[in-house]
Amino acid sequence: MLESIDLTKKYGTKTAVENVSLRLTPGHIYAMLGPNGSGKTTWMKMAAGLVKPTSGQILFDGTPVGIESRKKIAYMSTEPYFYTWMTVRDVGKYYGDFFEDYSPEQYGRLLAEMELTEDLKTSTLSSGMMAKLKIAVTLARDAHVYMLDEPFNGIDLLARDAIRGCILSRFSPDRILLLSSHLVEEMEAIADQAVFIKAGRLAETADLEDLRTREGVSMADRYRTIFGHEEATK
Amino acid sequence: MQYDPNIPIWLQVMTRIKTDIVTGKSPPSGKLPGARDLALAYSINPNTAARVYQELEKEGLCETRRGLGTFVTADAGRVKALRDEMARKAAEDYLTRLSLLGFTREEALNKLQEDF
Repeated sequence: MLESIDLTKKYGTKTAVENVSLRLTPGHIYAMLGPNGSGKTTWMKMAAGLVKPTSGQILFDGTPVGIESRKKIAYMSTEPYFYTWMTVRDVGKYYGDFFEDYSPEQYGRLLAEMELTEDLKTSTLSSGMMAKLKIAVTLARDAHVYMLDEPFNGIDLLARDAIRGCILSRFSPDRILLLSSHLVEEMEAIADQAVFIKAGRLAETADLEDLRTREGVSMADRYRTIFGHEEATK
Repeated sequence: MQYDPNIPIWLQVMTRIKTDIVTGKSPPSGKLPGARDLALAYSINPNTAARVYQELEKEGLCETRRGLGTFVTADAGRVKALRDEMARKAAEDYLTRLSLLGFTREEALNKLQEDF
């Protein structure tokens, strides 16, 4: 279980995340939603152990996140993070050096799924190919938690199907998957839980099939209700 | 498959599988994919896929045999009843839509006769 308790992060006078208490349990795919700057990325970075909370706690299986949890939590940030001289093959090796749970076989399968080849140079990749590469190498780990920040950004319609397939292939009853995206519609069918973050605070969590059954409401509808019209879904 | 995000996804996938059962694409006693494969085939959440089978089982349309997988019911009578249920539902939908257009039940039925 990945749990944040009264989690707060301040940067100077700006509060990025404020008193967020949230429990993510294995066997679910969570969609984390909110406009730009609502605190999704900051929450994920704290869960990944990359950013220290100002106050509150973030626990993985009952222990504060840190070096140990990083071995089990695979996180994909929105920033590009490969050296330009690297080939796709090098990116895999680089990950292999960092993470014990990295699987070259899994990487190979994911690359094939994403239609990428190992000898491509990262400097020659289009932004869409780079986005796919980041997803492939992150999902190549046999992690307990996968957190993907904006996995559908910059990716064309057809490739999004491949990405959904790759994400679903990593599901298991003992894993937690967390996705953030502005492309709410892309996650309607693959997520089963939604976490809405508004201005750094937890606005609501919802079981998506429940929402559809009880209220005939989609995740995108809920998003519009919570965030109003200032940020329409793209 | 394109989904209507306002209607439970399990219901939409279930309707598709029911159609396959009625048309014989998924024949009686035939093996269905596991929940995991169903999730991948339909690009849906695996918990949703599991729900699809739970609901199909509740309606007596499939059965899960421990360690073997999920199978379409062998009961041809049940499949025939499903076909009738689905036809009835389609007919109801037709009547509902035409009533929204101001047709009486009789007019709607006559229209069907005249036009087709």
